[in-house]
Amino acid sequence: MTELSKTGAAVGEPTGTSPAPTAFLEVRDLKVHFPTDDGLVKSVDGLSFQLEKGKTLGIVGESGSGKSVTSLGIMGLHTAGQYGRRKAQISGEIWLDGTELLSADPDQVRRLRGREMAMIFQDPLSALHPYFTIGHQIVEAYRVHHNVDKKVAKRRAVEMLDRVGIPQPDKRVDSYPHEFSGGMRQRAMIAMALVNNPELLIADEPTTALDVTVQAQILDLIRDLQKEFGSAVIIITHDLGVVAELSDDILVMYGGRCVERGPAEKVFYEPRHPYTWGLLGSMPRLDREQQERLIPVKGSPPSLINIPSGCAFNPRCPYADIPKDDLTRTVRPELAEVGSQHWAACHMTTEQRERIWTEEIAPKL
Amino acid sequence: MTTKRTPGRRKRAFAAVAAVAALLTTAACGGGGDDDNEGSKTGAAGYDAANNKVAQASLAKKGGTLKFGGAQDADSWDTTRGYYGFMWNFARYYSRQLVTGKTEPGKAGAELTPDLATGLAQVSDDGKTYTYTLRDGITWEDGQPITSKDVKYGIERVWAQDVLSGGPVYLKDVLDPEGEYPGPYKDTSKDKLGLKAIETPNDKTIVFKLPKANSDFEEMLALVSASPVRQDKDTKSKYGLKPFSSGPYKFESYSPGKDLTLVRNTEWKQDSDPIRKAYPDKITVQFFSDANQLDQRLISGDLDLDINQTGMSPQGRTTALKEHRANLDNPVSGYIRYAAFPQSVKPFDNEHCRKAVIYGANHVSLQTARGGPVAGGDIGTNMLPPSVPGSEGQKYDPYGLAGANKDGNAEKAKEELRACGQPDGFDTTIAVRNNKPVEVATAQSLQASLKKIGINAEIDQYDGSQTSGIIGSPANVEKKGYGIIIMGWGPDFPTVQGYGMPLWDSNYILESGNNNFALIDDPTIDGLFDDYVNELDDTRKTEIATEINHKVMEGGYYLPFVYEKFINWRSDRLANVYTTDGYSGMYDFVNLGLKSTTT
Amino acid sequence: MLAYLIRRLFAAAVMLVVIIMVVFGIFFLVPRWAGVDIATSFVGKQADPAAVEAVRQKLGLSDPIYAQVWEFFKGIFVGRTYAAGGDVTNCAAPCFGYSFRSEQAIWPVLTDRFPVTLGLALGAAVLWLIFGVAAGVLSALKRGSIWDRGAMLVALAGVSLPIYFTGLLSLAIFAFGLNWIDASYVPLEDSFSGWLGGMILPWITLAFLYAAMYARITRATMMEILGEDYIRTARAKGLKEQTVIGKHAMRSTMTPILTMLGMDLGALIGGAILTETTFNLPGLGQAVLQAIRNQDLPVILGVTLITSLAVLFANLVVDILYAVIDPRVRLA
Repeated sequence: MTELSKTGAAVGEPTGTSPAPTAFLEVRDLKVHFPTDDGLVKSVDGLSFQLEKGKTLGIVGESGSGKSVTSLGIMGLHTAGQYGRRKAQISGEIWLDGTELLSADPDQVRRLRGREMAMIFQDPLSALHPYFTIGHQIVEAYRVHHNVDKKVAKRRAVEMLDRVGIPQPDKRVDSYPHEFSGGMRQRAMIAMALVNNPELLIADEPTTALDVTVQAQILDLIRDLQKEFGSAVIIITHDLGVVAELSDDILVMYGGRCVERGPAEKVFYEPRHPYTWGLLGSMPRLDREQQERLIPVKGSPPSLINIPSGCAFNPRCPYADIPKDDLTRTVRPELAEVGSQHWAACHMTTEQRERIWTEEIAPKL
Repeated sequence: MTTKRTPGRRKRAFAAVAAVAALLTTAACGGGGDDDNEGSKTGAAGYDAANNKVAQASLAKKGGTLKFGGAQDADSWDTTRGYYGFMWNFARYYSRQLVTGKTEPGKAGAELTPDLATGLAQVSDDGKTYTYTLRDGITWEDGQPITSKDVKYGIERVWAQDVLSGGPVYLKDVLDPEGEYPGPYKDTSKDKLGLKAIETPNDKTIVFKLPKANSDFEEMLALVSASPVRQDKDTKSKYGLKPFSSGPYKFESYSPGKDLTLVRNTEWKQDSDPIRKAYPDKITVQFFSDANQLDQRLISGDLDLDINQTGMSPQGRTTALKEHRANLDNPVSGYIRYAAFPQSVKPFDNEHCRKAVIYGANHVSLQTARGGPVAGGDIGTNMLPPSVPGSEGQKYDPYGLAGANKDGNAEKAKEELRACGQPDGFDTTIAVRNNKPVEVATAQSLQASLKKIGINAEIDQYDGSQTSGIIGSPANVEKKGYGIIIMGWGPDFPTVQGYGMPLWDSNYILESGNNNFALIDDPTIDGLFDDYVNELDDTRKTEIATEINHKVMEGGYYLPFVYEKFINWRSDRLANVYTTDGYSGMYDFVNLGLKSTTT
Repeated sequence: MLAYLIRRLFAAAVMLVVIIMVVFGIFFLVPRWAGVDIATSFVGKQADPAAVEAVRQKLGLSDPIYAQVWEFFKGIFVGRTYAAGGDVTNCAAPCFGYSFRSEQAIWPVLTDRFPVTLGLALGAAVLWLIFGVAAGVLSALKRGSIWDRGAMLVALAGVSLPIYFTGLLSLAIFAFGLNWIDASYVPLEDSFSGWLGGMILPWITLAFLYAAMYARITRATMMEILGEDYIRTARAKGLKEQTVIGKHAMRSTMTPILTMLGMDLGALIGGAILTETTFNLPGLGQAVLQAIRNQDLPVILGVTLITSLAVLFANLVVDILYAVIDPRVRLA
């Protein structure tokens, strides 16, 4: 449940009893619900994870699985600029460097946004204001957190554009977004996100709108920059291939919840959830023939208003009948450790899953 | 272009305005009626106190600013070109004539009195020579004396119709019926005074030599188109923007359609002018495009009177009658509102069919459509306005329009239809101007009562601004099948000639700009007009006028609706106010005064 | 940008020529087709054939249409001379025709009345922009609230109530009832306070109508813009909400408002007839109304052309402003 603060924004339940975490970023039981005419949309429904500085977390899932909502939740963008009567209902805890964001003063969160935590969006064309120059938008991002004059800020913008690999940055700084190519726009977007040296960088589908060749460049850039700045990075994508290259940890989301979480190589090479298998199956791989390569997950993502009972994945899961007593359809599986730092939420026994993976799935990939 | 308007939008507009009008009644006046006849607390003279009598003459003081308002500017302020009645009235401020109407109320105002001349004309026995001597001390606004040559030149300008169109051309028709003189601008003589019919033996004497006698000639000389104009000040077509004054006031500024300001002509001498009192120091006219605005300003006291003198608009009238009766007069305008039956359109070539319409119409409902007895006028029973000598008013009522048949006589109408050979009635068209709501209402009333006797009349609302092009063309009237034309007419000067000749004399049937809508071609009537213009005896003239009226009525060419009356506003500040038959029931502008000279 | 400007100017020039042709066609051909002799409406009750012929000659009614158009065009640049019956009338360049009703050249009439209409339109525009846009933005930010509903209800009333109603009502209350102001027009050069006093009611009346429309469009646009990705980006940068709304969202919201403003101002300059009539302002609208009443063709023609020019000019300004606001347009 939520209560309305004086500012009208919905904030989380009082979390006084929880001890402050030691991790740089810790999300505890995050719930983000949206009231609509059709019912309550439970976009994120109890999500927890941790992330340390210098590490990269990949959040993977289909569209509608709640991954973008999670990132916006961390940034506090569900409550900022909420106009009208229907406000997002958010509960849980988000600790960033010792500060709990959901119960913090909105203006304090605003001051953290863009400086402590920054975000790169999926479609840089629509995410950049069409009427302002690239330089202006970067300068603005810098000056809101740094009390410097425009000249200094502009030098900083040029420097950042140069750093993200935009040629002739001193000229391009005065260009408008529509005068940039897609890749250049995303580089500019990254420059804008990093202009304040944020400790946490969230990249929401940073390459989806781009050409395949440009995708790789952008991912390389993010990796290089992370090394250079030592930030914590969350990469949100529906493409396991993207996170496999970049991430230390991977979190797979389905229906607003985490279904599998663990170190990247574990999730990638020893996945223990049928949904993860499906994602791996639908992952494009350059060393395979076209027709073999894609094995899409059958069916469509679940309704977030009426999430299927039991395991949310059960209507699409080919192994739903393996656990006894119709357990899959009646009881929601909790995350259980399946290996070192590796969790998955599935009613099948670990052995059953190991067997299916090694015998049925892995050979086809 | 004949257009019919959809009434929806208008109706909404009227509804909204009516709602506002209700508010205005209270907002603008603060309530409280004034006494009826004894003058009021506010100083207004009382209801009808200035109608045919002088109100508060003794209260007029010298000085102050007299403020006119108007919904319509003059057609032209050029004395040669103006034809609107109010322009003639107002022109006496800045122009003088040899003779003019007396500055007295009612009928006396229509009688002539010398102005520039020392006396009325010395007329020769054959009625063809008129001689005048000019007064001493008469001057232009630059101090130079007004000479007989200036008078001649001013009259000659009437001949220059190609440049100075718009005004009455009686003088031209009477003095030069063959059209021999080309007008002063094409005059080859050195002094541009080539018109043979006028002689100026010296600066003080002017002699008019008529080719053919016209007993109303002196009336024509009283028109403002007979005003003197000085040749070196004649700006031709632009003269109306700043006429050179011979009267007590001169133009200070004029912006057409916006405003006009007159100030004292300091060269004018009171002792040279027997009729003009020249009370105010300054006269202003402000024009409004919305009649309601004008009425509001009158009621609120911002303005003194309406220069157009056509009566208040329906809303203003309602408010004023309720709250400010003491500021109102209800004069007869001199206009007759009527329907004419063009004989070129069948079956109106048959007098019985014409009479069927006259009998079939409900005259009370026509009167109501015109605005009722107060704002509309008394039921018209014949075609000669009460202000014209020879008129018998409602006493002459050959069809019983205000009597037995006032609600329509279907039986008599059917009888006439049978005599006409149309026992079951017929179809016809009523032509009415689309810009006069009252006329449209009248047409609808007529349509309704004709239906009862089997005459199906369709109403055609034509573009009112194109009146002379549409109904002034007999060919067009015949083509369109306009069997009934709704119109109105007022006298140019108060005689049967000044009123009826263009309407009834066959010589005035014109291809365009025709006003003899009924196409009356009756040798008897033509003969009576000939007798009239040759008759110098006033009593006999009056008799002939009566006779002409009878002949017109007997022919059944016209269905008169009302002898028009209107509600006229005068402010609390006005003094020496009276209506005059010389200007069709308007207030006589030239001698209006103010009670207080502070504004 | 320059190429864009040249293209727009060229298009405007072409449009102007087309407008002049069409207007001419309407004014001189239509009565001819309808079989009405315009000339007779110019002479008095006693139509003298010489007078009718002179009017035809002066107005050039018997010339072929192309000759009339040519004479008119020429007049604009080199002036014109009308001669008939020994009277010569000069109409100095720019000659937009000559009224033989009021014996005035049209151009001075237009230049005399244009400032009145312009003052009315601009003053009202300032008011309606301030109040309309502010109300619209507030409504969008507080959507669904009492404020929002109230504001939109008032806006609905503003859109539905005709000028002559609100105008007469305001006159009745403030000018004639409470006597707060003297609601008669005073030229600006005579007295600033007098001018202000005469203009304030027309401004408010006109602004009420337009503010209502602008509030509605602002609200709708603002709500749409607030859903844009770049607004989210602006917030993600940590910008204050007032910067997000006032700078990022407003900049985009202004685009449709500017379009409307251009059209409305253009239309008002020719079409403030109701307001000018209600308040007796000596502007173009009143001039054209009088001209229609008097069948003063040259004035109607002149005002129509000036109005078209105003609309055209307003459109041009909007196009240019567009390019200033939205850099993408410059490419188009």
